[in-house]
Amino acid sequence: MSGPVLDIRGVVKAFGDNVVLRGIDLAVGEHQVVALIGGSGSGKSTLLRCASLLETVDDGQVLLDGEDVTDPRIDADQVRRRMGVVFQAYNLFPHLSVLDNVTLAPTVVHGRPRAEVRDEAMTLLTRIGLAEKAGEYPDRLSGGQQQRVAIVRALAVRPRVLLLDEITSALDPELVGEVLAVVREVAAQGMTIVMATHEMGFARQVADTVAFLDGGVVLESGPPQQVLGDPVEARTRQFLSRVIDAGRL
Amino acid sequence: MDQGAGLPQPSALELSRRAWRRSRARRSTLIGLLSTLLFAVVAYLVVTNAPGWPRVQTTFFSPSVAWESLPEILEGLWLNLQVLVLGGFLVLVVGLLVSLTRTLRGPALAPLRILATAYVDLFRGMPLIIVLYLVGFGFPALGLQGMPTSPFVLGTLAIVLVYGAYVAEVFRAGIESVHPSQRAAARSLGLDHRQTMRIVVLPQALRTVTPALLNDFIALQKDVGLISVLGALDAVRRAQILVGQSFNFTPYVVTGLLFVLLAIPSARVADALSARARRRQQSGSLL
Repeated sequence: MSGPVLDIRGVVKAFGDNVVLRGIDLAVGEHQVVALIGGSGSGKSTLLRCASLLETVDDGQVLLDGEDVTDPRIDADQVRRRMGVVFQAYNLFPHLSVLDNVTLAPTVVHGRPRAEVRDEAMTLLTRIGLAEKAGEYPDRLSGGQQQRVAIVRALAVRPRVLLLDEITSALDPELVGEVLAVVREVAAQGMTIVMATHEMGFARQVADTVAFLDGGVVLESGPPQQVLGDPVEARTRQFLSRVIDAGRL
Repeated sequence: MDQGAGLPQPSALELSRRAWRRSRARRSTLIGLLSTLLFAVVAYLVVTNAPGWPRVQTTFFSPSVAWESLPEILEGLWLNLQVLVLGGFLVLVVGLLVSLTRTLRGPALAPLRILATAYVDLFRGMPLIIVLYLVGFGFPALGLQGMPTSPFVLGTLAIVLVYGAYVAEVFRAGIESVHPSQRAAARSLGLDHRQTMRIVVLPQALRTVTPALLNDFIALQKDVGLISVLGALDAVRRAQILVGQSFNFTPYVVTGLLFVLLAIPSARVADALSARARRRQQSGSLL
C-alpha cells in the first residue's frame, strides 16, 4: 500500500454552535505513529471519534486505505471492524471476563473459530503479563491493567490502524508507564497508530509525527524534535511552555 | 474481614470501644423486643375487647370454615398459578420487545416506535380492571371465528397487556442506564446495533433491573386474582362462591393469606438480589 492508511481531509465537526473541528488535514502512512497534542477542548478526541465513525463528520472526508468511509452509503460497521479504538476510560465490558472482552469481536464480528481466537488472545495477554487475569472481571483489575487489556482487545481484531484517545489520562502516574510500554511495543511491531496524548515525553520518543491542534485546525505538524523542540508557531510555544510548567515534559 | 489472621492484637482502647458497642447493641435489642411485645399486647387487647369481636371472630376467622374451604380454594389457586406463570413469561417477552422497539432509530422505523410508545401510554394509564372488562367481554362480543372465550385466556391477555407496558418501561430504564461509552466501545469493535444490544447492553441492563422486575412480579402475583371478575373459577371466585353459600367471610381471609404465602418467597429473593447489587456496586466504587 503506497498511499496513507488513514487520510483525513478537511474534516469539520460541530456540536450545535460549537465548531470543534474547522477543517483538519492529516495523513497517516503505514507503520507511522502520529501523536495529536493540544489543549483540552482542542478537538483531539473529536477527531479520533470522527475517524472511527463514532461521530458523523459535518464536512470533509476520512479515507481508510483510499476508501472514503465518510460516504453515507458505506457500511460503517464494516469500516469500524478495520480500526481499533482505545478510550480514556478503558470501557471494558464489566459483565465479561478479561478473556471474553478480548475474544468478543474476533469471534462474533469476524466469525473466526473460537479456539484459534482464544489461543491468540492468550498469547497477547501473556505478552502484556496479564495471562493469569484472563478469567477475572475488569473491576478486579487496576486501571493500568484494564487499559492494557483494552489495548489488547483493540488489537485482537487485527486493525489497520489503532486510535488511542488519551489512554493514560485517567491513570495514576505510577501506572502510566506500564501502559505506555505496551504502546511502545505495539508501535515497534509496525502498527499504524494515531494517539491523542498529554505525554509529551512519550510522544517525542515514539511518534514519527507530532500534530498540534489548536482552534479546530492542525496548526503545526512535523517530526517531534521540531514541533516539540523548536516550534514555529507562537501558540505551540505557549502550549508547550504551559505543559512544561505543569511538569509533563 | 478475611485477612483477620494478619491483624495485630487490638489495643485496650479498641477493646473498650468494642465492649461499649456490644452493650449498646444488647440494649437496643432489648428495647426492640419489649416495644414489639407491648405493641402486640395492646393490639390484641384492643381488638379482642371491641364490642363486635365475637361476631368478627366467627365470620372471618372460623377455623372449621377455613379448613372446609381450603381444598376448593387451593384448586382455584392452581388456576391463578397457571395465569401467573404463563402471564409472567409473556409479560417479559412483550416488555422486552416493546422496550427494544422504543430504542430503534431512523425515520423508517418511526411507525413502530410510535406504536410502541402509544401502547405503553395507553396500557400504563388504564386501570387493570377496566382492561379486564374490555378484553374479557369485548373480544368475545366481536363474535369472530376462533376468538377464544375462556376467561383464562382473555384474563391472561388483559394482564399481559397492562403488565407488558409497565415492564417495557422498566427494561427501557435499564437499557438507558448502561453508559453510552459501553455502546461506543462495542461499536468501535465493529459490533452492529443488534449485537451491541444483545451482547453488551442487555446483559448489563438486565442486571440493573432485576430487583425492579421482581417487584413487578410480586404485584402480578396478587393481580392474577382479578381474573375472577371474568368468571374464571380461580381462588378469589371460589372464595366468593363459598362466602355466598355460607355468609361466612373466612374463605376470603384464607385466600388472602394464601396469596401472601405465595408472595413471601419472591419478596425475599428480591431483597437478596438488591442487597447483592448494592454490595457489588460498593465494591466497585472502592476499587
